[in-house]
Amino acid sequence: MQLLFLLEQVVNGLVLGGYYLLIALGLSLIFSVGGVVNLAHGAFYALGAYASLEIAKYLGFGPALVLSPLAVSLLGILFERYLLRRFYTADPILSLLVTFGLAMVAEQVIRMIWGASPLAAAMPAGFKGQLMLGDFMFSRYRLFLLAVVAVVLTGLWLLLNKTSFGRVVRAGIQRPDMVAALGIRLQPYMTAVVMLGVGMAALAGALFAPIAVVHPAMGAEIIIVAFVVVVIGGLGSFWGVVLAALLVGVVRGITIHFVPAAGEASMYVLMFLVLLFRPRGLLGERIEKFE
Amino acid sequence: MTNDKKDGNCSIASESRRKIIKAGATVAGALALGFPAIVRSQSDKIKIGHLTPLTGFLGALGAYAQLGIKMAEEEINRAGGVMGRQLDVMSEDSVNPATASTKAQRMLERDGATVLMGEINSASALTIMQVADRNKRLFMQIGARSDALRGKNCNRYTFHVDIPVTVMVNAAGQALLRDGLVKGKRIYSLTADYLFGHDLSKAAKNFFAANGGTHIGDELIPTDVTDFSPYLLKIRQAKPDLVATNLAGNQVTNFVKQYAEFGLPYAIAGFNLNTADAWAAGEGNLAGIWPTVWHHELDTPGSKAFAAEFRKKHNQPPENHAWIEYVSLKMMAQAMNETKSTDTEKLIAYFEKQTQFDILKARKGYFRSWDHQLIQEAYPFTVKPKGQAKDKWDFLQFGAAVPAANQPLEIINPSKDQNTCVF
Repeated sequence: MQLLFLLEQVVNGLVLGGYYLLIALGLSLIFSVGGVVNLAHGAFYALGAYASLEIAKYLGFGPALVLSPLAVSLLGILFERYLLRRFYTADPILSLLVTFGLAMVAEQVIRMIWGASPLAAAMPAGFKGQLMLGDFMFSRYRLFLLAVVAVVLTGLWLLLNKTSFGRVVRAGIQRPDMVAALGIRLQPYMTAVVMLGVGMAALAGALFAPIAVVHPAMGAEIIIVAFVVVVIGGLGSFWGVVLAALLVGVVRGITIHFVPAAGEASMYVLMFLVLLFRPRGLLGERIEKFE
Repeated sequence: MTNDKKDGNCSIASESRRKIIKAGATVAGALALGFPAIVRSQSDKIKIGHLTPLTGFLGALGAYAQLGIKMAEEEINRAGGVMGRQLDVMSEDSVNPATASTKAQRMLERDGATVLMGEINSASALTIMQVADRNKRLFMQIGARSDALRGKNCNRYTFHVDIPVTVMVNAAGQALLRDGLVKGKRIYSLTADYLFGHDLSKAAKNFFAANGGTHIGDELIPTDVTDFSPYLLKIRQAKPDLVATNLAGNQVTNFVKQYAEFGLPYAIAGFNLNTADAWAAGEGNLAGIWPTVWHHELDTPGSKAFAAEFRKKHNQPPENHAWIEYVSLKMMAQAMNETKSTDTEKLIAYFEKQTQFDILKARKGYFRSWDHQLIQEAYPFTVKPKGQAKDKWDFLQFGAAVPAANQPLEIINPSKDQNTCVF
C-alpha cells in the first residue's frame, strides 16, 4: 500500500514537472541564444495569468488560453527590442539588473491595474473533478495541462530540429560567429526566440490561473523554481531542462511523502547536490573553469 | 601696501562683522517667520505609526487594512480631528518580522509617532510588541490572531483587537458540532508552518479532543507552498471524515481551489479564513464551515453604513480587515479624546478599565483588563447553495453571532486557566 502511495506521488510529481517545464524552457532558450538571464520571466507568467482572466471574461476559457500567450508574446517583442537587445554583449550583471528591475516594475504595475487582492479564476466546469486510472487519482484539469505541455514540447522540438528556422537557432546557440560569417543575421531569430519563450511563460500562467491564486507576486514565486530547474538541467540544453523539471517535481513529491516539512526545500538540496557533483548541470555544456 | 594692510585689517574685520550681523539678522528673521509654524506643526498633527503587511501571502489583507484605517482617518479629520488636532496615520509595509521591528523602532524614535497600530502577521506583531515594551509605548495590535500574543508573550503595552485563535476555533467549532462533524469523526489537518499556524493547530487539537474527535494526521505546510497536490494525495490516502485547515492568507484560497479541482469528497472546514481569501477562491470552489470576526452583511446600522460608504469609495465590499482597522482608529481617537491626552499610561488606564466601545456590532466590545484582549462577538459562515449569489462577493452565507445574545461574551474567549498571561 505504501509503495502504491509513493508511486502516486511520483506520477503526480511528473505532472507537476511537466508544468514547470513550460516556464523553464522559455528561460533556458532565451539564455542559450541571447546569453541573457531573464529575471523578468516570472513577470510574463503573471501577465499571462492576468491577461487570460481578462480575456476569459468576454470570450471564455478556451480563447483566453490561446489569445493571452499571443498577446504577451507581442509584449515580448517590445521587451526584446527596447530592453534586451542592448545587453547581449554587455556584462552579464547588467542584464540581470535590468530584468530584475523590470520584474519589480511589472509586479507593481499589475498591482496598480488589478489591485493587490488575489483574483478568482474560474475553471471550466467540464474539467473539474478527478479521474481514476486503476488506483491512481488524477485531477482532470492537470491531465489536460499535461496534454497541452506535451503538445507544446513536441512542437518546440520539431521547430528546433526539423525546420530551417530551428537549424539557424541551434547554430546560433553553438557558434554565433560562424552563423554571422555565413551571412545570416541572427537578430530576427533572437526576437522570435524571445517571443516563444515569453509566450510559453504566459501560457503556463494562463494554464495555472484556475488552480492557483492569481496575485501580483505570483511572478516572483515562479521565477525561483524556473531558475532552479534550468540550473539543474544545465544551461543551453533542451533535454536537460525537460529532465530537470520532471526530476524536481518527482523529488518534491517523494519528499512530501516521507518528510512533508522539507517538501519545498527538496529542490534546493537537489540543485546543491547537482552543482556539487556536476557543475555543468545534468545535460549542460561543459564549463571549462569548473571541470 | 601698508595703507592697504591697515585698511585691510579694518575692512576685513568690519567685513566679517557685517557678515555676522547680516547672517544673524537673516536667521532671526527666518526664525521669527518660521517659529510659529514650527511650533504649530509640532503641536498640530497627532502622528500614528501604522504597520501592515503589503507584500507576501498576507499582502491582499494588508491592502484592505490600509484602506480601512485611511477611511477612518479621513472621517475623524473631517469632523475636526482629535482634541482639535488632525491625525496623521503614517502607514508602511511591515514586510517581515525583522523589518517590522526596525520600522516600529524608527517610527517611535525618529518619526514622532505617539502610538503604534496595526499588523496582521502574528510573527511580526510579536516583534512590534517587543519594541513597544522596550520603549514603553502603546501598541494597538489590530489583526494578528495567535493565542501566544495574548498569552505567554503578552505585555501591558499591547492591546489586541482581533479575535484570538481560541475564539475562531470556538466560533467555527460550534457550527461543526451542530453539523455532527466532530464526535467520533476522523480528522485530518493541514497547518501553516509558522507561529500562527502552530497556535491554531494547538487550539484545534484541544477542541477536537474535548469534543470526541480523533486526529489522524497533521501536515506542516511551509508558507510558500502554492501547489497542494501531493498533500491532497495524502489526504485521499488517509480517507478522513473531515479535513480541517489551519492555514493563513492566500494559502487557504490555493488549497480550497485545488481541493475543488481534485473533487475530493470529504467534508472540509477551517479555523481561519478572511473574506478576501474566500472571495479569491470563487463561487463553486469554497465549501465547508469557517469563522470570521466581522462580515459586510452584518445587520446593524453602524455596519451597514460603514459597508455602504466603503463600497461607494472603493467599488467593492469591505473585507473584515478594513472594518477592524476602521473601528480600531475610532477607538484610539475616542480614548485620546476622553483622556484629553496622548500619554501612554493614561491611554492604557482608559482601555484597562474595560470601557465599552461601539464596534458596529450588535453588542459593544471592551478590552479585558488582565490580557488586553478585545472581547466581542464572532460569526461562523459557509457557502450559499449554488446559483444564489448576486455577484462575485455574494456567495457566502453568514451565521448568527457567537455567543448567543443571552450568553456573556467571555465564554468563547480563553479563560484564566487556559491563558497564562501575566503582566
